[in-house]
Parts: sequence; structure tokens; C-alpha cells
Amino acid sequence: MATLELSLNEDVAVTPVRRVRRLGPLFWAAVTWTVFILAAAAFAGVLPLPSPTDMDMLERRMPMSGLHWLGTDGLGRDELARLIHGARISLTVGLCAPVIGVTIGGALGMLAGYFRGRFESLVVGSMDVLLAFPPLILALAVTAYLGQSLFNLTCILGVLGIPAFMRVARAATLTLARREFVIAAEALGATHARILLRELLPNVFLPLLAFFLLGVAVTIVVEGALSFLGLGVPPPISSWGSMIGEGRESLEVAPRLAFIPAITMFLTVLSFNLVGDTLRALTDPRQGAL
Amino acid sequence: MLGFVARRLVYLLPVLIAVSLLTFLIASLLPGDLAYVILGDQATPEKVEALRHDMGLDQPIWWRYLSWLGHVLEGDFGRSFRTGQTVWQAVAERLPVSFELMLLAEIVGIAIGVPVAIACAVRSGSAFDRFMTGSAFGMLSVPTFLSAILLIYLFAVELRWLPATGYVPFEEDPAGNLRFFVLPALTLALAEWPGIMRVLRSDMIATLQEDYIALAKAKGLKASRILFVHALKPSSLTLITITGINIGRLIGGAVIVETIFALPGLGRLLVGAIYTRDLIILQGVVLFVAGGFVLMNFIVDMLYAVLDPRIRHGHA
Repeated sequence: MATLELSLNEDVAVTPVRRVRRLGPLFWAAVTWTVFILAAAAFAGVLPLPSPTDMDMLERRMPMSGLHWLGTDGLGRDELARLIHGARISLTVGLCAPVIGVTIGGALGMLAGYFRGRFESLVVGSMDVLLAFPPLILALAVTAYLGQSLFNLTCILGVLGIPAFMRVARAATLTLARREFVIAAEALGATHARILLRELLPNVFLPLLAFFLLGVAVTIVVEGALSFLGLGVPPPISSWGSMIGEGRESLEVAPRLAFIPAITMFLTVLSFNLVGDTLRALTDPRQGAL
Repeated sequence: MLGFVARRLVYLLPVLIAVSLLTFLIASLLPGDLAYVILGDQATPEKVEALRHDMGLDQPIWWRYLSWLGHVLEGDFGRSFRTGQTVWQAVAERLPVSFELMLLAEIVGIAIGVPVAIACAVRSGSAFDRFMTGSAFGMLSVPTFLSAILLIYLFAVELRWLPATGYVPFEEDPAGNLRFFVLPALTLALAEWPGIMRVLRSDMIATLQEDYIALAKAKGLKASRILFVHALKPSSLTLITITGINIGRLIGGAVIVETIFALPGLGRLLVGAIYTRDLIILQGVVLFVAGGFVLMNFIVDMLYAVLDPRIRHGHA
């Protein structure tokens, strides 16, 4: 028993040093881009930008110029302003929806993994029902009935993320709950609440955070798809998806109207994926070998 | 094996019932009464009340669910109040298009993913491997509608090789039909191959270190035979797993691709029903797709059990 613990400790002590070096320039480029986009979206109101909704029919599809840095769209609206204000919508949904998923799904998963028994069967069973719908189909159907709004969209995409977060939290809790430190806490007479919050939560937190970032990437894509189909946030508010959808109609005359938001969205999704995947590799010992 | 099938079937039934209940509840509990949608905003309260009575909307909800479920089990999914077409007709008409699209996409995805995975696994760590692994990771961040637009721009707008939108039935003009499917299937395949490649690659790296591969080499078998037959065989389970996991995403992708390329499939029916608020069609299609999705997952589970005895005996 003692030798086992010793070898465990060694693993924990050695591996992080080796892995920190592996973060690499790509990781930091992704972090920089994420921070840049977040800042642009947060300060969209303060930045000296033209209005994203003011139309100017005389200046439709203008090329890039000093006045309009990225030109204007099919209705003469400033492309850069729409891009940055669109970032607000895409990122609000992209960040808030996984928060719903990680909170509810994480809590359910931890409780299921810790208490096991009937409760676990119930949670896993009801998640299976939610997973029985192809995600985009469920999102489309519920938006169609509920009506299109930022709040509805966030809630729907949040609920759709619950099963995935539940699985991650449950899997992590299942393995942790048998570890010595939890058994020790139990032996010391700690309450269930204390074990869950003080012993398990700090250990489940990092895998969940890594998965959260991947969830942000997925949510931005789904929100983009819904907006692209015209079923996201209603116009005239811009979102990257709706801008790409509008740009598609002028693909022959002004392809940049579709490609500028497309590239922005790709880089953002890629950044969240990169950071999330790096964190996941750090927190998942099985993947470390690869 | 029979015991395993029975156990899975017992599990399948409650899931299907829950799916039907959820589909019904989404359509019934949420705001926007069906009678108002049919009659429009100008309808008088009396007219709405009469229609609600005719449609049974004034009955208690559990009663409406049971009678709806009863009709569904008899094969009656309802009828569109816009076109008069039954859900069954509409789905039967469009299912082959979606099916052809997903099948072609999966074939192209495997045709790209498997050779790339093998090439990477053989020279793991090489520049080629690193480049392809990187591209696959990058491709995972490209939403379907982005690659669709890029392909349309390249092949339909700039090069003018392929049509951007349109469809002819396979029976009328097989070559023309496939021509219309090239870009949509390629779009979906671009989203499929990275997943296939990534999982298969790591699977393959492990397989290639097995003793029986060394034996096959020692026997002097051709490299292509070792790689595509001996080494691929144990990975067939992995391939089925990824295909199974990807079905949900494939269906979602098909909805978007069908809408962009104007293919008359189930996805376009669904999106069209949302635009025109044709709630009966919407409910029917959602139930049909979700039910089909559950059944497909069931079939994937069965395939596992056929291929891997450990699973059907409950040791895995």
C-alpha cells in the first residue's frame, strides 16, 4: 500500500513539469486571439465604431476604406461594426449556454457518481432521452415553438449541453470517489456535502473546465448554424452566423462579406478548441501517453 | 446473443416512449396555440374555440397525448394544414434524398479518413503525420455551413464545374443526380473524416505494435495487405463506434447542407415547416427523426455485440 502511494506521488510530481513546456506558441496564440475577441465584444459600445444597424443605400457593398475598414454589406451597413457587435451575440450565447450546461450537468454528474444507485440510473436514463434527439434537430424544434430570442437560444443550447457535462463529471467522480483521500474524509466523519464540495469538486473542476471550453466552441458553431438558417437571434441584430448567411447571397459579387465573418468564427472556434484540448490533455492522464 | 438483444429491447422501449412524450410536450406546452396558428391573428375567439374543440385541443393533456400516440402507432402522424399532405407522405418522399446524402457523405468520409489514418500511423511522428493530424484538428473547427460556402465559392462560382443548388431524382438521370450530390456530400464528408482519422490513427499505432503484425511481416506479406486487412480488422469496431457517435451530427449537418444546396430531403422539410409554422409536419418530422436516430443507435449496439463477444456476454 505504501509503495503504491509513493509511486503515485512521483507521477504527480514529475508529469506537470514535462507538460508545461508543451503548451507552445500555438496555445498562446489561441489565448491571445480569444482575449482579443472577448475584449472587442465587451467594449463594442465604447469603441469608435459606426452603428451596426444604420443602413446607407448609396454605399452598398463598398470596398475596404479608411471610413469603413472592412467595407459595407449589402444594405450599406459597416461590416467591422457588425462583426464586433456580432461577436457579442455569438460569444454571449457561446459562453452563457455552457455555463448552464456545466452547472446543472456537473452537479447531476457529481451527485450521480457519488451516490450511485437509483438516483444514478434516473439521471443517466433521463440524459439518454435527451441524447435520443440529434442536437441540432431539438434546437431547431424548440426555437421554432418558443420563438427566437437571445434568452431562449441560450437556454436551449444550455440544456442541450447538460448530458455531455453530466457524463464528464460522473466519470471523474466515479474514479475519484474510491480514492484514499475521499475514504479518509469519510472515516473522519465528513458529511456528504463536505466531501462533494471540498474533496471532489476541486478535482472534478479542471476536467470540467477543459470540457467547458470545448463546449463553448461547439455552442458557437450551433448558434452560427441556427443564425445562418435565419432561426437564431432575430434581425437587425447581427451574429456571425447571420452575417455569413447574408454574405452567401452576394458570393459572386462580394465574397468577402461571407468570408470575413467566416474566418473570424473559424479562428475563434479553433482557439477555444485548442485551449480546451490542451487543458484536457493536461488533466486526462490517459491521453498523456499519446 | 438473444438475451443481449432482449435486454437492449427492454431498454429501448422506455426511451422511445419518453422521446414521443418529449416531442409531444414541446409541441403542446409551449406558447403559440395551434388553433391560432391555423386561423391567423385576426381570428375571432369563437372561431378559435370551435376549432380547438374540433381538434380536441380542449381535452386534458394526458388524453391528447394518448390519442396522439394511438394514431402514431397506427401509422397516422397527422396531416399538414398548409399543404394537405400527410406527414407520412412527406417523409416517405424526402427520406431517400437524405439517406443518399448521408450514405455518400459517410463513404467519402471513410474514403478520406481511413487511408490518411493508416498513412499517419505507419509514419507516426513524421512531418506528414503532424501535418495531417494538425489539419484534422483544424477541420474539426470548421462548421458545416462554412465549408459549404467555401466549396460553393470554389467549384460553383469561380471554377463553374458543379451546380451550387438543385436536384434531379436518381431514376430520371443517375449521372445528373450524382452531380448534384458531389458538393453536398463533400461538405458533410469534410466534417466526418477528421473524427474517423483521429480515432483510427491512435488505434492503428497500437495495433501495428502487436506480435501478429510482426509475424505477418516476417511471413513476407505485402505491406498493403498487412495494413488494409490485418491491421484494419481489429479497428472495425472503432470505425462502427465513430460512425454511431457521428450519426447525430451527420443528421444535423444534413439539415444545414440540404437547406444550402436546396436538396429536397428531410432536413429541408423540417426547416421549411419551421419557416411556415407548419407545426404538424414539424412535430411529425422531429418524432420520425428522433425515433430513427434511437433505432440506428440500437442497430449500432447490436453490431458491436455481433463483432465483439465480450460485449454480448457483459464483460466489457
